[in-house]
Amino acid sequence: MSINQQRRLVLSGLGVMPLVLMGCGKEESLKVHATDITGVNFGREFNLQDATGKRWTLNDFNGKALMMFFGFTQCPDVCPTALARAVEINSLLGKDAERLQVVFVTIDPERDIPEMLAAYTQAFDPGFLGLTGTPEEIAKIAKEFRIYYKKVPTGSSYTMDHSALSYIFDPKGKLRLSVSHQQSAEECAEDIRQLLF
Amino acid sequence: MKLSFKQANLALVTSLSLFSVAANAAVTVNEAWVRGTVPGQQATGAFMRLTSDTNAKLVEAKSDIAKTVEIHEMVMEDDVMKMRQIPNLDLPKDKVVELKPGGYHIMFIDLHEQVKENNEVALELVIENQDGSVENIAVKAPVKSLTAKADSSTHAAMDHGDSKHENAGHGDMKHDDMKPAH
Repeated sequence: MSINQQRRLVLSGLGVMPLVLMGCGKEESLKVHATDITGVNFGREFNLQDATGKRWTLNDFNGKALMMFFGFTQCPDVCPTALARAVEINSLLGKDAERLQVVFVTIDPERDIPEMLAAYTQAFDPGFLGLTGTPEEIAKIAKEFRIYYKKVPTGSSYTMDHSALSYIFDPKGKLRLSVSHQQSAEECAEDIRQLLF
Repeated sequence: MKLSFKQANLALVTSLSLFSVAANAAVTVNEAWVRGTVPGQQATGAFMRLTSDTNAKLVEAKSDIAKTVEIHEMVMEDDVMKMRQIPNLDLPKDKVVELKPGGYHIMFIDLHEQVKENNEVALELVIENQDGSVENIAVKAPVKSLTAKADSSTHAAMDHGDSKHENAGHGDMKHDDMKPAH
């Protein structure tokens, strides 16, 4: 699938959102800084593993809001910045941070071996969870979450292009928000509080 | 082999500088830092502020810590992050050019070992002057935590920070003509 095709898919997905929202009407509407994607028909499930081999699905986080994003540890720029923002969000949430789980999913499972992925995410916060899977599993979850990623050769190695947005699930495991990389920690914390209370 | 090439290169820069001192840019390096890594991580980046007193270009960066060192630009297109090698980075006269998360960085690929916080990374910046002559600037960049936040403020542009730098080719670094970013 070309970049353009993939983008059209994402855009068309977002385009039908207001209709889905009107049709659904179960969740209350949110006044948030992020994009409210309540009711979308993607991002409904995942099944990935942490460094200890334990498998995690959406059900395992019931009762907690879940902030999930996709990246790779060889990235010196966007990924550590997003993780540092998550640390700040936790600090802004104070005690309520106990009800937020941060999950970092690698889109470079070949290089991000589980132990290193865990060391990387836990360097930011011991409670952050790094998840991985086989290349096929990562391709599947990326498709389910409409995450674009692609290997791009550089020098004798490669880098990854990837979607830099974060998703936030409510404590019932419903996907509610799509957060841009530029959104501040303060705005994220405000948004998450709305889902917690 | 690698060392002798570098020495030859430095000798060439020194000899060039004897003949073209007037055309050489004095490039000031401020607040250089490298993002630390966890064991096994194969890549990281260096960030800094560069100010040249003549129009010049950063054409190459070198360091012994990694197999490959590239000049990279990060761009965000429709929420998709892309990192790309760029052939050079313009250093317009007296303008502070920032290498920071969300923009440019020096990319280290295939690290030889873990980059540990509080250590220093030696790197060499190759600057090309308008007349095509090149000079090398040696930079010692402290390693910050992997978790260091992107510093979006520009108020510190006057600050020399704690990065140490010296000119490998010849010694006419300027320290007193810094201009604030805004």
